[in-house]
Amino acid sequence: MSEQMTGAEMVIRALIDQGVEHIFGYPGGAVLPIYDELFQQDKVRHILVRHEQGAGHAAEGYARSTGRPGVVLVTSGPGATNMVTPLTDAMMDSIPLVCITGQVPTHLIGNDAFQECDTVGITRPCTKHNWLVKDVNDLARILHEAFYVAATGRPGPVVVDVPKDVQFATGTYVGPEEARRTRRHTGYQPPRQGDPEQIRRAVRLMRQARRPVLYTGGGVVNSGPEAAKLLRELVALTGYPITSTLMGLGAYPASGRNWLGMLGMHGTYEANMAMHDCDLMVAIGARFDDRITGRTDAFSPGSRKIHVDVDASSINKNIRVDVPVVGDVAHVLRAMIAALREDEPAKPDALAPWWNQIARWRARNSLAFRPSKSVIMPQFAIQRLHALTKDRDTYITTEVGQHQMWAAQFYGFEEPNRWMTSGGLGTMGYGLPAALGVQAAHPESLVIDIAGDASVLMNMQEMSSAIQHELPIKVFILNNQYMGMVRQWQQLLHGNRLSHSYTEALPDFVKLAEAYGGVGIRAEKPAELDDAIMAMIETRKPVIFDCRVANLENCFPMIPSGKAHNEMLLPLEANDEAALAQSFAAGKELV
Amino acid sequence: MNDTMTAKPAPTPPASAYFIEERRDPSETHTLAVLVDNEPGVLARVIGLFSGRGYNIESLTVSETEHAKHLSRITIVTTGTPPVLEQIRNQLDRLVPVHRVTDLTMVARGRGQEKPLERELALIKVRGSGEHRIEALRLATAFKAEVVDATTEHFVFQLTGPSSEIEQFVAILQPLGLVEVCRTGVAAMNRGPDPM
Repeated sequence: MSEQMTGAEMVIRALIDQGVEHIFGYPGGAVLPIYDELFQQDKVRHILVRHEQGAGHAAEGYARSTGRPGVVLVTSGPGATNMVTPLTDAMMDSIPLVCITGQVPTHLIGNDAFQECDTVGITRPCTKHNWLVKDVNDLARILHEAFYVAATGRPGPVVVDVPKDVQFATGTYVGPEEARRTRRHTGYQPPRQGDPEQIRRAVRLMRQARRPVLYTGGGVVNSGPEAAKLLRELVALTGYPITSTLMGLGAYPASGRNWLGMLGMHGTYEANMAMHDCDLMVAIGARFDDRITGRTDAFSPGSRKIHVDVDASSINKNIRVDVPVVGDVAHVLRAMIAALREDEPAKPDALAPWWNQIARWRARNSLAFRPSKSVIMPQFAIQRLHALTKDRDTYITTEVGQHQMWAAQFYGFEEPNRWMTSGGLGTMGYGLPAALGVQAAHPESLVIDIAGDASVLMNMQEMSSAIQHELPIKVFILNNQYMGMVRQWQQLLHGNRLSHSYTEALPDFVKLAEAYGGVGIRAEKPAELDDAIMAMIETRKPVIFDCRVANLENCFPMIPSGKAHNEMLLPLEANDEAALAQSFAAGKELV
Repeated sequence: MNDTMTAKPAPTPPASAYFIEERRDPSETHTLAVLVDNEPGVLARVIGLFSGRGYNIESLTVSETEHAKHLSRITIVTTGTPPVLEQIRNQLDRLVPVHRVTDLTMVARGRGQEKPLERELALIKVRGSGEHRIEALRLATAFKAEVVDATTEHFVFQLTGPSSEIEQFVAILQPLGLVEVCRTGVAAMNRGPDPM
């Protein structure tokens, strides 16, 4: 099935053969031949953004909400460098992206040509792999391999850099099947099944555990819907309590009986205490990130640890574990469940004392906040948003900061792939374009970007894309007029010197929405919140919702810098002053 | 709150959003053999990984070793704590063009040997006349170095051996008119009949 065609035709053909329906991009000199081919077909829909970074995050949102690779098409030079942030973001959060960049013609490479940059050099550390295509006859094979590498093993972003002369040149196209047969990188063999002996050892430890905890992460979501189903089965079978990282929310339902809430720096008291005091930790598709572990030398000191991960380099990187299982989460969980079922079931009351302990921690009510009748508390806003959207087909994205943590704490996620957030890189400006990508993939669904007033301005220009492509995203801004998380850290660690964390000249978000051609809604009092949210939901256009919240509220609970899981600051009992005092009294030598 | 500020203790390490811990595990030197697809940029990927993640490279040698399969073998001598060395192996293995990573030092130890076979080649230029020249040649004979180029004013010696031997030879030649040294870096494999 090899055919002769130009490089530009090959790009479009390869996208179609890979089942791609949407791509996000921005044209420019070095990709014009590909844009010309795009123009002459109607199988691949191109969503024009306003800034290449927006295209990258939109593709991330698309990928995260569908489980398929997101595709980006940008030009050389600034087009490529503007993609560096989303590529790095996707690398940190293991999101499959295929980014096709134009490049100056082959004979000009290295000449400092107009809009030239060393794209493969610049993106080498922030991609899973990248290619510069110098021969049109390699192009199709490389494009198909790019999709394979992006989506398999631990997913990640890839870049295919295509010089303009290669786009014009004519060569032989090969389809995905033939490309697989002639694949060059035969050393790339992502693991699937875990080592059966390690799985047996893991199951043996699980049988003896009296204070177990499941610690799950984004790897469960990446492994696919089957993995989330198996995880629920494992919880039902073992009766273990379960907590999750920011990236893993939704793999186990927040309404589930065994759910402890998110763990880590802003996780619940019960989740972090269970991690600290457990005798067996089963880490599944999570990577012991520093926001999760706190002080590593005081991390869960008395537990045996099992770690399931498809990436061998995640194992023993931050925390030494006892039983490493390198494999795909769904495959490993299936084997674990089968092995657990072989023997007689554990006594149901074996974990009763552990659950009693957990109930005592839960009773501390670590997510409590002071309700107010006069101002909207940000936590309350998320609670109301959840209550009014949970029975709908809803997807949530976020920016980065306090609002992101409140969304994670107070919006109960029931299913995987419904929660898109920048976890590893912490990219402010992620949420609005990500929502664009999610909405493109799910045109009938309700897609909400829970935003902060500072973050949202970083990619606000994509409102214009939303209008153009009739993507009715909802941007729900918890507006406190501060970079809230920056301010919180300045209060805790920098003597309350609020250096440049107050935004003096915010735009009028309602007028801004209208200027873009969208709808602006403002809520200032708790009493008007529900009606305003309902009005937002019912609007079939892009909406910016300016939710004016308590300006100085901080995000608790919190593991302060240099502290362990059992040294959390709790809300109410640890208000800002107490937090300050504690951080100065005890934490200083460790921060 | 400002009162708390003025009462704060004497200067301490800077406040940080990260958990800063000092690690003082003992470092070890290991030799790794990495089999990679010989393609543009592959060496940059390997070197970039080392610099990006803060690993050390003491020596690096690379050449295509299997022409039909376009495979190159990279030999890296690196220093790190045992957990860091494990990370280096795993991180290298994660690169798409990498076929195989073998810690030759670990393999040697597993077989009860101290080290794998490690050899380096050096070209050493010495300039001078009279006693120094004669002494340099005498030393070269003692070290079994070969004379690969000479005039009445200079010698170029070629010496193959363990790095330590080359170090020693170069150090001794220093006062005898040493003007230039070029070394290949370490080539290494394990002893015994089994391949990597």
